[in-house]
Amino acid sequence: MSATDVGAALPRQKTDFLPALLPALVALAALPFVSPSTWLTLTVAGLAMGMMIFIMASGLTLVFGLMDVLNFGHGAFIAVGAYLATLVLAPMAGYMQADSLATNLLALVPAALLAAGVTGALGLAFERVLIRPVYGQHLKQILITMGGMIVAEQLLYAFWGPQQIPLPLPTSLRGSFFIGDAAVEKYRLLAVVVGLVVFVAMLLVLNRTKIGLLIRAGVENGEMVEAMGYRVRRLFVGVFMAGSALAGLGGVMWALYREQVNAMMGGELMVLVFIVVIIGGLGSVGGCFIGALLVALLANYAGFLLPKMALVSDILLMVAVLLWRPRGLYPVATR
Amino acid sequence: MQILSGDPPRSWLLTATLVVIVATLAFAPFLFPGAKPLNVAAKICVFALLVASYDLLLGYTGIVSFAHTMFYGIGSYGIAIALYGMGPGWGAVFVGLAVALPLAALLALGIGLFSLRVQAIFFAMITLAVASAFAVLASQLSWLTGGEDGRTFQIPEALRPAFTLLPKDALGVAVTGRTLAYYLVFLGAAALILLLLRVVNSPFGRVLQAIRENPFRAEALGYRIVVHRSLANTLGALLAAAAGALNALWLRYAGPDTSLSFAIMMDILVMVVIGGMGTIYGAIVGAAVFILAQNYLQSLMGAASGAIAGAGAPWFAGLFHPDRWMLWLGVFFVLCVYFFPSGIVGRLRGERKS
Repeated sequence: MSATDVGAALPRQKTDFLPALLPALVALAALPFVSPSTWLTLTVAGLAMGMMIFIMASGLTLVFGLMDVLNFGHGAFIAVGAYLATLVLAPMAGYMQADSLATNLLALVPAALLAAGVTGALGLAFERVLIRPVYGQHLKQILITMGGMIVAEQLLYAFWGPQQIPLPLPTSLRGSFFIGDAAVEKYRLLAVVVGLVVFVAMLLVLNRTKIGLLIRAGVENGEMVEAMGYRVRRLFVGVFMAGSALAGLGGVMWALYREQVNAMMGGELMVLVFIVVIIGGLGSVGGCFIGALLVALLANYAGFLLPKMALVSDILLMVAVLLWRPRGLYPVATR
Repeated sequence: MQILSGDPPRSWLLTATLVVIVATLAFAPFLFPGAKPLNVAAKICVFALLVASYDLLLGYTGIVSFAHTMFYGIGSYGIAIALYGMGPGWGAVFVGLAVALPLAALLALGIGLFSLRVQAIFFAMITLAVASAFAVLASQLSWLTGGEDGRTFQIPEALRPAFTLLPKDALGVAVTGRTLAYYLVFLGAAALILLLLRVVNSPFGRVLQAIRENPFRAEALGYRIVVHRSLANTLGALLAAAAGALNALWLRYAGPDTSLSFAIMMDILVMVVIGGMGTIYGAIVGAAVFILAQNYLQSLMGAASGAIAGAGAPWFAGLFHPDRWMLWLGVFFVLCVYFFPSGIVGRLRGERKS
């Protein structure tokens, strides 16, 4: 037996499909209670919301998995991203009102890029200034990043004022497609597509590139990777920046979805992001994806069927998931 | 010594500070007869208790909870709803307590058993999520809680300002129901803080500190971490609810802004850190310093903002607007955690930075 065959002799790790089926199960379970057309509308709405939450949450979970840093200030990047987008979109209102997808994208794409770029750079500063001095001290990390979040939120208030800023959707993304009598909003479809692209790109990077290999190895056992001569710290800074940039991008998408921007959105989404990350299992991208879809689908069905329940549906979901798997759906091995 | 559970302040300067604070609070109705100073004094008492109960979690057990205002709110609303629904009377006060305290304890125990059995970091996230859901719930269930407006209610006859115990000529200051209410708050807070001091110096408190220092080793010595942490969380929640009840009785009002908002959570965190974590005395010093600053510095900020706007720099004026109080609080808080982690009490005791 040659050395290269050793891998083949190892038993394959069992793939755990059950949690991945949960969103589909939830969607199917809701089907008998609503008419098919309503169900389609709600499901697409849920998927779109889930994708946006996933974009925001994925960075947080990777950062935790890789470096054991839980960033309570993650929500700040979401809000900052949304505000940055208004900087571009407000002067380019003409492009936004034109009834052509290409012209609209001419305004949207720079806005999204600016938001992601600047939040990424802010992420670098945030990591350098706030997080670096408190490595390995969970208690201080939580306190410091929470303080950073408050300061960021208040700075947004100071510069942009407390009022909500309207952020209308571009003309070509307004309105809905009709499938039968089910209305599917165009923007939600776009959100689903962008979310899928981010998810697939992330999976490809994590599973097919050397950087991805190092990140996965770092999540599994950071010290070992360091011992082999790779600088996990640099890798970490990169992941932190990417995560912050994704949060900024998610913030732009969410602001367009709600068609308004306010400084509170960071804190509000932060709670949702935490629930998703806990459900998915801290450090797991796949779990985060499943968790985001679950939370969003359930929130949409509950909001339609039992509006009062919608307030606590995500908490109940979290409780149920943790009863079943105390470490989340796809727990990451070591921590 | 007995009453302090054998845990004296251990520093002359600290002892002197504490004596001044406690004596001022004890004689506040006679020293400062006005309405505003008495309000400030009562707020210091309530927050000293609230912060001390939070210190049990953060300082002694080493777990971060963001749900402390939730328990505080449960206490406030328990009193408010009972007195609003049943009319003013001591019976209603007891009903309010009898509902609010067990509710707070059960909720705390539930959250603790759920999130503390995996890793302490879950706890911070889950308490944040639960507390924000609770705040939304409280503002939505307006038939019960009065929604955003909160509940204004009547308190028992003996605690109202119109109830005169001693006329003005006896002590130079009239002793009214308001004075009585103040002493209810003061003595309630003092007794519960002493109880906390007793708890942290008991064998149970020592185990909590052992868990804070090294959970793995504490577990290896045979102490169940989850049980101890959950019990500490429950006890903290009970005392926070008691602080909330005292606050509601004093204010004759309970609403989202006075009892549930995240701003209060931030205030608590700042008070714990500037006072000194892991020293119950820090809560008293922290609450006194912070609330005095809050009441008198915020107006100073307004003046500064006006002056800067007058000098022609409206952008900077925005930074100093009194509404941006939280901004400077946040900056101050981060700086404190970095450079001043042992707080005022730690400094006065001359401990090295931890």
